[in-house]
Amino acid sequence: MIAAIATPHIRILAILPEIVLLGGAILLLAVGSLVQRQLRARLATVCTLVISAAALGVSLWQWADVSGRGPFTAVDHAVVVDGFSAFVNVLVSCAIFLTALVADGYLRREDVVGPEMHVLAMVSASGAMIMGSANDLIVVFLGLEILSIALYVLAAFNHRRAASGEAALKYFILGSFSSAVFVYGIALVYGATGSSNLAQIAGFLSKNVLASDGLLLAGMSLLLVGFAFKVAAVPFHMWTPDVYQGAPSPVTGFMAAVAKAGAFAALLRVFVSTFGVLRTDWQPIIYALAIVTLLLGAFLAVVQRDVKRMLAYSSINHAGFVLLGLEAASGRGVSASLYYLFAYMFMVIGSFAVVTVVGRRGDAAHDIASYRGLARRQPLLALAFAVLLLAQAGAPFTTGLWAKLQVVLASVDHAIPLAVVAMVSAAVAAFFYLRVAVLMYSPAADVGTVPGVQAPAEDARPLGSGAARAAMATEGDRTKAETQSEPLVGIGAPEIPPTRPVWTGIERNVAVLNRLNASLLLDGDPVTLGPALGTAARDSGETLDVTAVRSAGPLKVPPLSAAAIGLCVAVTVVLGFWPGPLTSFAHHATLLFLP
Amino acid sequence: MLHAAFLMPLFPLAGFVVLLAFGRRIGEPFAGWIGTAAIAGSFVSACVTLAGLAGRSSAARSLTCSVSCGTAAQPHAFFTWISVGGLHVKAAILLDPLSMTMCMFVTGVSMLIHLYSVGYMKGDRDFTKFFVYLNAFVFSMLVLVLANNLLVTFVGWEGVGVCSYWLVAFWFHRDSAASAGKKAFIYNRIGDVGFLLAMFLIFSKTGTLTYVSVFAHRHLLSGGGTATAAVLLLFLAATGKSAQIPLFNWLPDAMEGPTPVSALIHAATMVTAGVYLLCRVNPLLALSPDAMWVIAAIGGATAFVAATIACAQQDIKKALAFSTVSQIGYMVLAVGTGAYVAAIFLMVCHACYKGLLFLGAGSVIHGLEDEQDMQRMGGLRRVMPWTFVTFLTAWLALAAIPPFSGFWAKGDILTNVYGKSLPLYALGLLTAFFTAYYMSRVFFLTFTGRERWRETAPDGRPPHHSPHEAPWAMRAPLVILAFFAVFAGAVNLPWVHVGTLDTWLGPVFGSRLFAAHQSAGAQVGLALGDAVVAIAAVLVAWRLWRRSATRPALEPAFLRRVWYWDNVYDAAIGRPGQALARAYAVVVDARVIDGAVNGAARLVRSTATGVRRVQTGYVRNYVLGIALGMAAILAFMLSRTWWS
Repeated sequence: MIAAIATPHIRILAILPEIVLLGGAILLLAVGSLVQRQLRARLATVCTLVISAAALGVSLWQWADVSGRGPFTAVDHAVVVDGFSAFVNVLVSCAIFLTALVADGYLRREDVVGPEMHVLAMVSASGAMIMGSANDLIVVFLGLEILSIALYVLAAFNHRRAASGEAALKYFILGSFSSAVFVYGIALVYGATGSSNLAQIAGFLSKNVLASDGLLLAGMSLLLVGFAFKVAAVPFHMWTPDVYQGAPSPVTGFMAAVAKAGAFAALLRVFVSTFGVLRTDWQPIIYALAIVTLLLGAFLAVVQRDVKRMLAYSSINHAGFVLLGLEAASGRGVSASLYYLFAYMFMVIGSFAVVTVVGRRGDAAHDIASYRGLARRQPLLALAFAVLLLAQAGAPFTTGLWAKLQVVLASVDHAIPLAVVAMVSAAVAAFFYLRVAVLMYSPAADVGTVPGVQAPAEDARPLGSGAARAAMATEGDRTKAETQSEPLVGIGAPEIPPTRPVWTGIERNVAVLNRLNASLLLDGDPVTLGPALGTAARDSGETLDVTAVRSAGPLKVPPLSAAAIGLCVAVTVVLGFWPGPLTSFAHHATLLFLP
Repeated sequence: MLHAAFLMPLFPLAGFVVLLAFGRRIGEPFAGWIGTAAIAGSFVSACVTLAGLAGRSSAARSLTCSVSCGTAAQPHAFFTWISVGGLHVKAAILLDPLSMTMCMFVTGVSMLIHLYSVGYMKGDRDFTKFFVYLNAFVFSMLVLVLANNLLVTFVGWEGVGVCSYWLVAFWFHRDSAASAGKKAFIYNRIGDVGFLLAMFLIFSKTGTLTYVSVFAHRHLLSGGGTATAAVLLLFLAATGKSAQIPLFNWLPDAMEGPTPVSALIHAATMVTAGVYLLCRVNPLLALSPDAMWVIAAIGGATAFVAATIACAQQDIKKALAFSTVSQIGYMVLAVGTGAYVAAIFLMVCHACYKGLLFLGAGSVIHGLEDEQDMQRMGGLRRVMPWTFVTFLTAWLALAAIPPFSGFWAKGDILTNVYGKSLPLYALGLLTAFFTAYYMSRVFFLTFTGRERWRETAPDGRPPHHSPHEAPWAMRAPLVILAFFAVFAGAVNLPWVHVGTLDTWLGPVFGSRLFAAHQSAGAQVGLALGDAVVAIAAVLVAWRLWRRSATRPALEPAFLRRVWYWDNVYDAAIGRPGQALARAYAVVVDARVIDGAVNGAARLVRSTATGVRRVQTGYVRNYVLGIALGMAAILAFMLSRTWWS
């Protein structure tokens, strides 16, 4: 006798954004194989833009529905639709839209035709959406895996680049490890509470006091490890620089925005809402994680020469800021975190869009020296990048300021030292953002005329160098990127020898300014700067192939990338001047949070 | 009619805004006319308000107004400026006979000097800018005078300070003007610190800054020297603004500004703000007889020192500047005596005749193509008859020759001081002698004797050719002010007891007013003494300076160099300060601050270089990192269950 399987009633609106993305992805894959090769690239981009716009529309519909009728659960309480999930869906839809714009130019440049990248991105994005709306730990895991597996492939997408493959492999191995830990955590929590449903766990915890809660706490710890890996919190961050550097630049931007958003969404929901009663247990851990994440992210970014790597560490620093909101474990903190994720999404996708463009064919030119004099060659691009970097630094009149302000305000209520550490890390971080901005606006040094200029040791890093050179230099999975040292000095004014007369007027000030400038722009050749500062590059083998850089020709900005960058800058600046709409969006999303 | 009060500051504000926005387009001379018209409007409003105020009974003449008027108990305010904790500051006008008197002569003199400036500043590169500043100044001055609380007074106080700075340094392309502006500003800042501290002290004790409330709660200030401290701090502010010892040195340097500025700001109005402030807070002064003695002594000393210095100046504006310092010294002496009405009386008369003197000097300077050295003047009475006659009246007024206004005003002060303290009276009388002497010297050197401007100067500058009388726009104010210089004394004649300044201002000061009840005989005797001293001094000067222009014996370096006052400051404060700054630049800035900054950078670098070694690139190391982190978290969590 065949037993009827009870299928739950499914309210389509609850999972419509995911359906739109996944269905669109499958449709695109099918259509892509039917049309001519020449048409494929354009068609894929257009389709993706339409699908993501549709997903955005549906997400906003969800938002309107939730605003009107309140939150509800669906699919047998496995999925929740509330302001929070609608917010995440809106965020992810925007991210996929922008990424499609950026990826178009990248794919053409790298001569990779076909819809696969867009398809994978959409699948991955649907995973993030599922994480945002999951009401069950298993569903969280499902979303996590959908998000991650697509990302592993995306990281390896440029098969012509060895670094890309290396990144994907590292990401995959470490990601599998952390997923295993996560599943173990689910199992322990289930063992302790008898359910994997978030609402039921919360209900259980509110009604019962466990005599021995070791099992539950251990499960919670393992869940936290899984999440911390995804959001790249120290000490689970070590994959980040390698993967961010190795993955194709548009993918890196997407990864930074969407993977962080999805993982943080689930993390906030699980910990603030479900494990809210146990906050005294997990808050100290988040506190410690936030501190090391903030500081290490900022500190290590300072010593990077590779812009993608620098932005990877900066994303770790940003993750620390979002953790501040989580640590507060209050409505204010959650809304601050949501705001931060939303603002950061535009900043980071825009930044990596610029990096994609400047990186040129083969994703090769990511050394900080490539940015010298960019303002002369591409004034608008340089301006946009400067704005985005300043926004990441938290400059006024950008969303970056409001984002940092809100998380710090949420944190300062009860954890003043943490807020202080956050501000210190922001000050340190300002240095490396400003360094790139200053470099772009300093005159392009004609490196070729300086005889015997040492290369900025590009060859020493398998990651981020040209494909051919990387192939030569790769030795196993080892990357020397971290063993290379760059001159770093003079965040402040240089020291003045005490014997020098101090009161010699304006000449002295000019000299100090010149020295300050010289020491700030550390793309400088190690010959002139390195020894003087006592930090000569240790392993600089070859000389820089100046002619190769020159023969690359003028920098071309694809129109769609320009549109993406323009959108990101516009949102960052307009909402920076007029923060009301987005703050109230995040605020209401938190208010409509289904506990 | 009282409703016109708020128009007084509004007119100059409107003039300021209009000239600031469109001044360049309006251009010369209409910008000047607009500026003048704005002040004229202000003056008319002041007259209307005065009529309204005079129509009320003497007990009901203290009002707190905005666009309408309320009593002190039910104030009408424009808006609440600050409302933080216990501090509530409202922008409102305090209208009483004292502020009304100030407004009358401030707007009146300002109007005449604006008119004069249209002629004087003709052809200047920054003609419109001059009137922008001048209107801004009058607005600030009226805010200062009309404010109903200390903080808004302070806003006006700073406003006139900054306008003074702009106007002293108006010709900033000259180094001397630029540094004079800085000097004026810095000296005033020292005084401002006193003002701020006084406000802090008063607020901390009484919890309010509104004059009426402070006075109502002034018993909270008494005891423990609080009142003395508050009064002396306010007096420090007054010494800065009103150029008294020890902060008087900036005023002579401020003569680098255009002459109308010297007349308006540095003779008639702004520099008397300190005296006004002290009169305004007279209930506090009454709490501290000690502080009043200090004020009186400083005033007397300033009057004397500045008068002696004025005797030896070659520059006509410098001589007048020291004369201003000396005259304000008299006013401060009167305040210290408690003779507030006498102080205000001298202030009004002084505004007329000193403004006139400066305008006359400006006319001379204008006619002689910017010549200020009295050695190169002489005999100008024939070429500048209008200037000569008006200057003559001002001279006699300042020299306190009866029946000119100065005689009555100064006589009033000296009579009161005589009742208070004989030594101070003697000092005042001696100063009166010097006053009449230096003023006569200036007059004789300028208008009589040889026409030295026809000769080549000792330092080789060519002679001036055609000195000319000023245009009518400059002459008209001279004539009007001359009228007041002669007759302003009529407002407070000693033998009249109805409708005088005494009866008008009396209710403001009440019983705190020092009243030296001299017998009629004693009063006549004192007046005769004053007159004799003044006439004797004029005669001495006539003998000495009518024909000769150089008498080195009478101009010792000690006096020419201002009692070496600047040198003392330079040696005691300037040089040690610079040495300290240099030391700080080398030690604190270069070592400590830069050291901290570079040290922080080095810390970041060394930490980062240390930590980055962990980032080996090997997946196994990364996994180890995750495992260790996980172990740490688990250990912490489990420690909570086991140990709790």
